[in-house]
Amino acid sequence: MPVEKELYLSASGLTKVFGFGRQKTVAVDHVDLNLYEGEVISIVGESGSGKTTLAKMLLGLISTTEGDIYFQGKKRDISTHRKKKEYWKNIQAIFQDPFSSYNIFNKIDTVLLDCIHMRGGRKFPYAKKVELMTEACSFVNLKFEELTNKYPFELSGGQMQRLMIARIFLLKPKILLADEPTSMIDACSRATILDMLMQLRKEIGMTIIFITHDIGLAYYVSDSVYIMEHGKFVESGSADDVILRPKEPYTKRLLNDVPKIYEEWDLSTV
Amino acid sequence: MKHTLRQIFRSGKFVFGFSIFVGILLIVIIYPLIITNHPLEIVGQGTFFPPGVYVNVYDSLGSTSYTLMLEDAAAKRIASKLSEGDRTAIKEWLVKAGIPEGEIDTADTEKLLDQWVNNYDPNKNIPGMTNAKRNYFIRLNNSLKGLLSTEGVSIAVKNTETGALEESDFVGQSEYVNVSQVASVRVLPLGTDNFGRDVLTELVAATRVSLQIGFVAGTIATLIGLALGLLAGYVGGLVDDIIMFITNLFTVIPTFVLLILISFSIGQDKRGPFAIAVVIGLTAWFWTARAVRAQVISLRNRDHVNLSKLSGHSIAHIIIADILPYIASYVVMALILQISAGILAEAGLSILGLGPRTTEVPTLGLMMNWAMIYQAQILGKWWAYFPVIVVIALIAFSLNLMNTGLDQVFNPALRD
Repeated sequence: MPVEKELYLSASGLTKVFGFGRQKTVAVDHVDLNLYEGEVISIVGESGSGKTTLAKMLLGLISTTEGDIYFQGKKRDISTHRKKKEYWKNIQAIFQDPFSSYNIFNKIDTVLLDCIHMRGGRKFPYAKKVELMTEACSFVNLKFEELTNKYPFELSGGQMQRLMIARIFLLKPKILLADEPTSMIDACSRATILDMLMQLRKEIGMTIIFITHDIGLAYYVSDSVYIMEHGKFVESGSADDVILRPKEPYTKRLLNDVPKIYEEWDLSTV
Repeated sequence: MKHTLRQIFRSGKFVFGFSIFVGILLIVIIYPLIITNHPLEIVGQGTFFPPGVYVNVYDSLGSTSYTLMLEDAAAKRIASKLSEGDRTAIKEWLVKAGIPEGEIDTADTEKLLDQWVNNYDPNKNIPGMTNAKRNYFIRLNNSLKGLLSTEGVSIAVKNTETGALEESDFVGQSEYVNVSQVASVRVLPLGTDNFGRDVLTELVAATRVSLQIGFVAGTIATLIGLALGLLAGYVGGLVDDIIMFITNLFTVIPTFVLLILISFSIGQDKRGPFAIAVVIGLTAWFWTARAVRAQVISLRNRDHVNLSKLSGHSIAHIIIADILPYIASYVVMALILQISAGILAEAGLSILGLGPRTTEVPTLGLMMNWAMIYQAQILGKWWAYFPVIVVIALIAFSLNLMNTGLDQVFNPALRD
C-alpha cells in the first residue's frame, strides 16, 4: 500500500439510514474508507448493497446520518453553497445512466460551458471557450463542430458517456467518482470508455473511485478493491489479494458469478 | 420547443378546443369595437323583451310608405291576432250555438270568421256559460271587428288651441315601410333582461369580465401552488412538513364553503371582480401544490439534477433550469384547468349572490343570478339565462379539451 502518498479522501464510520421506525433501512453501515493520491479503487457489490448511496455521500449530494468525511486531511465542510462549489471543483462524478444524466432542455454547449465556467473561465473570450471545448471533445473522439447546437439526447449512449468524460477533462478534478460508468453501454464502447478514463487519469493525475458490480472490471482497473454487502465492507485489500485469494464467502460468490467462456455455466448459484 | 408546438397543434382535440376558445376571445375583443353601447345601459322599459328587431312605430309612420299588394297579408294579420286558444273558443261557442261540428274548421281562418260574424250574438243565451266566459266572447268579438275591417287607420293630432283631434295622416292596410329607411331601429338578438338591458351586449361584456376573473384566479392559484410545491418538493425536510401540513389542512376543507365564507366576510362593498378573482385564486392552489411537489420529489434525485449541482449551480438556477422545464407541461395544463375552475367558481359564487358587487360590471354568474331572481326560468324567458349557460359550457369545454389535447401530447401513453 502506498503509505507515503497523500491521503486525499477518507471516511470513518460513514452511515446512512433512510426512513425511521419500521421502515428504517440502513443503506450504508459504518463504512471506513481511505483514498490516496493517484490511486484507483473499486467498490464492488450487488444492486442494493449501498454503493451508490455511499458515492452520493462522498460527493456531498446527500447528507450523512453518522460519520465524518475528511478531504485532504481536513474535515469536509459543505455547509454553504460556496464551500460546496469549492469541494466539487475537487471531486466530480460520472453517473451510471447517460440517458438521464443530462438536462434534455440544455444543449451540449451548455454542458461543456458550465464546466469551463466552474474552472473560472466565465470571462474567457468565446473563441477561447470554443478552443477548450474542441480540445475536450477531440480527447474523447468527438467532433465539437458536429455537436454544437445539438441536444445530448440526439447522441448515442456511448457518445453521451464520452461527453461526460469530456466534461471531466475540462473540470480536471482531483478525484473522480465513476458510478458504474459502463453498465448501460454496449460491450464494444465499454473498453473505449475505460481506456479513455485511464488515459485521462494519466494525463491529469486523477484519483478514481470505481463503483461497479463487475468484479472483472474492478480487477482490470483498480489498485485496491472493497467488497460491499448490505452496506458494509466485508473484504478489502489490494486487487490481487481480494480477487485472486478471496477470504469471504460473499466475495467468492461474486467471483463465481462472473460468466466464464470455456466452462459450462452453473446457474444453480445464481 | 418548435417541435413540441407543432406536435401540440397536430392534436385534433387541442386544436378544436383552441379554436373555440380563440373564437370566444375574438368575439369578446371585436364586438365592443363595433357595438359601442355601454353593456349595462338600460334600453327597455320593462322586463324580458323577446329577441327580435325593434322598429320605432312613430318613425315608421313618418317614413316613406310603399303600397304592396300582397294577397296573404290580410290572412297573416288575422292569423297572428287570432291565437289557437281563441280559435278553439270560437269553435266551442259555435258548436253550442247549434252549428254542426263537422262544418267548423279552426285551421280555415276565413271560414271560421265568416261563421263567427254571421252567428255571433252577444245577447244569445247559451246554457251553462259563465258570466266571465260571456264577457270574454264580447271582448273577442270587439277585437275581431277591427281586424275584419278593410279600412285603414287614421292618425290624428291634437290641436293645441282647441284640443280637437285633426286627422294628419292615414295608414292603409297595404302600406309598407322599408325597415332600413326607418330612422330608429334596434336589433336585440337576445332580447333584454330583467332590467331592460340588451342581453347580447351584456353577455359579451360579462364573458370578458369572467375570463379576466378566470385568468387572474388561475394564475394566482398556479403561481402559489407552483412556488409552494417547488419549495416543499425541492427543499424537503421541515419546510416540506410545514407546507404539506397547511396544504393538507386546506385540502380537506371543502373549497367552495371556504370560498363562500371568505366572500361573505369581505363584504358587499369591497367585492369587486378583482377581489373575487384573488379569493378564488387563494382557495384553489392546494392540488397544484401537491401535484407539483410530487413531481419535484421524483425529479430532485435524478442524475441530471445531481450533474447540475456538481457543475456548481445554485438552488435557484437548478429549480429554474433543471426542474421547471420538466414540469412546465404539467403546470401549463394545471393553469388551463385552474382558469376553467375559476370561471365556474365565480359563476357558482355569483348565483348565490356572493359575486362581485352588482352595479359596475356584469359577469356570467351575475347574469345567471339576475335571471334567477327575476324567475326567467319559470316565466320561460330563455334568452336571459340560456345563452349564459351556453357560453359558460363552451368556455369550460374548450379549456378542458385543450387540456386533454395537451395531456395526450405530453403523455405518450395517452396518444391515440
